[in-house]
Amino acid sequence: MAILDLQHVGYQVRNQQILADINLTVEEDDYLTITGPSGGGKSTLLKIIATMISATAGDIFYQGKNLNQYDPILYRREVSYCFQQPTLFGNDVLENLSFPAKIRRTDFDKARAIQLMQYVKLDEKMLTQPIKELSGGEKQRVALIRNLMYLPKILLLDEITTGLDAANKAIVWELIERLKGDSGVTLIAVTHDEQEILAAKHLAQVENGKLEVQR
Amino acid sequence: MSLDISNLSLVLVTALVFIALWIGYREQLGIDKDIVIGVIRAVIQLTIVGYVLKYIFHLNNILLTLLLILIIIFNAADNARKRSNGIRGAFYISFVAILSSTVVVLGVLVASGAIKMIPSQIIPISGMVASNSMVAIGLCYRNMNAMFRDQRQQVLERLALGADIKNASKGILRETIKTGMSPTIDSAKTVGLVSLPGMMSGLIIAGVDPVNAIKYQIMVTFMMLATTSLGSVIACYMIYRKFYNDRMQLK
Ligand SMILES: Nc1ncnc2c1ncn2[C@@H]1O[C@H](COP(=O)(O)OP(=O)(O)OP(=O)(O)O)[C@@H](O)[C@H]1O
Ligand SMILES: [Mg+2]
Repeated sequence: MAILDLQHVGYQVRNQQILADINLTVEEDDYLTITGPSGGGKSTLLKIIATMISATAGDIFYQGKNLNQYDPILYRREVSYCFQQPTLFGNDVLENLSFPAKIRRTDFDKARAIQLMQYVKLDEKMLTQPIKELSGGEKQRVALIRNLMYLPKILLLDEITTGLDAANKAIVWELIERLKGDSGVTLIAVTHDEQEILAAKHLAQVENGKLEVQR
Repeated sequence: MSLDISNLSLVLVTALVFIALWIGYREQLGIDKDIVIGVIRAVIQLTIVGYVLKYIFHLNNILLTLLLILIIIFNAADNARKRSNGIRGAFYISFVAILSSTVVVLGVLVASGAIKMIPSQIIPISGMVASNSMVAIGLCYRNMNAMFRDQRQQVLERLALGADIKNASKGILRETIKTGMSPTIDSAKTVGLVSLPGMMSGLIIAGVDPVNAIKYQIMVTFMMLATTSLGSVIACYMIYRKFYNDRMQLK
């Protein structure tokens, strides 16, 4: 059974058709790359899958059950969305990385946070650093590992390497390779990066609100 | 206490209005019309209220008194709603918040014997409580609208991580309740140093011993702290939900 199944999904705001008749099946443990021109509707599609907005047409099934049968809170903990331009909240890195534990009413796993920080080459000392002092690339990496404090079933990545230099991209890719390995996380990643598109095993193109599976 | 302004004095005091009109005219503020309307409304409303109060105090009927208090709260709620900039359900929420804060505060004051259950005491006190609650709630609405706009992305991030709407709004709720309460806290700190508040001034002008007048003022200060905190908390906890839809998405 596919972990995610979109059937005739559409999204319309006022009279503007932003997505139309999207059909997409994603298998468990898959790594799907989505690309396409700016303004084509990629972020909108991810936001719909993440239930940040609701489709105005069609049905989405997650693990065989219609999306609107899930409690949005529990669903979002399993299908985690990393925004195109993520923002950190609160005062410091710690507040961001401990937030997932806080909302689950469990203790913050500091060791895990430090391990994830090491994966993306962030110094452990940075935990207490005020977010206003972080560079753009550092913020991006903190936002990414914030989604991984508890491993999701599906991770939706929205152009997380855009705007990063080669070194930073490599760091992020390394983390993603780790996830692809044995974590059981299904990945759906939007990108404009040539290399990522070339390397993609499964690729879909979103253009003018239409999705086309390329391979 | 006997205090009486003669009608002649009152007419002469009208000169003060002309100062405001003159400044408005000279500085081309374009508010002459508003000043005139404001003055006329104030005179008419106060005159009517004066006679209504006189009548009600005289009747000393509990139902009529409660009705008047409800009317005060209704008007206060409607005024607070206007500050909400179109949040749905704002009138109902304001009404509940102002009503609850008024009931609690009046209840404590009456139970403690600080005021008596007679119209000439509970009606003015209700007016003070309701209007303070109204101002605090209005501030809360303004602040909450601004914060949900400015911190939209942060709220979305929290939701995407699987936070419920309360956790996603926590920072905004806290800041907003603080905003609603802070004018009262500030004025509690400076009361007597910067301003002699209306009630105390009124009592002193009317000839009450200042030492007795402060007892009332202390009571009023406590009462305002309770009112604004209760009003803000109730209104904020009810209204923040209106920023989300039933799928826990930010509107
Ligand atoms: N709420 C909305 N109201 C109106 N138009 C919207 C809304 N959300 C998105 N759009 C429009 O839908 C189109 C698709 O937006 P989307 O963000 O999904 O594009 P994208 O493919 O992610 O682009 P990019 O590669 O630049 O990030 C854009 O033209 C955008 O202006
Ligand atoms: Mg996008």
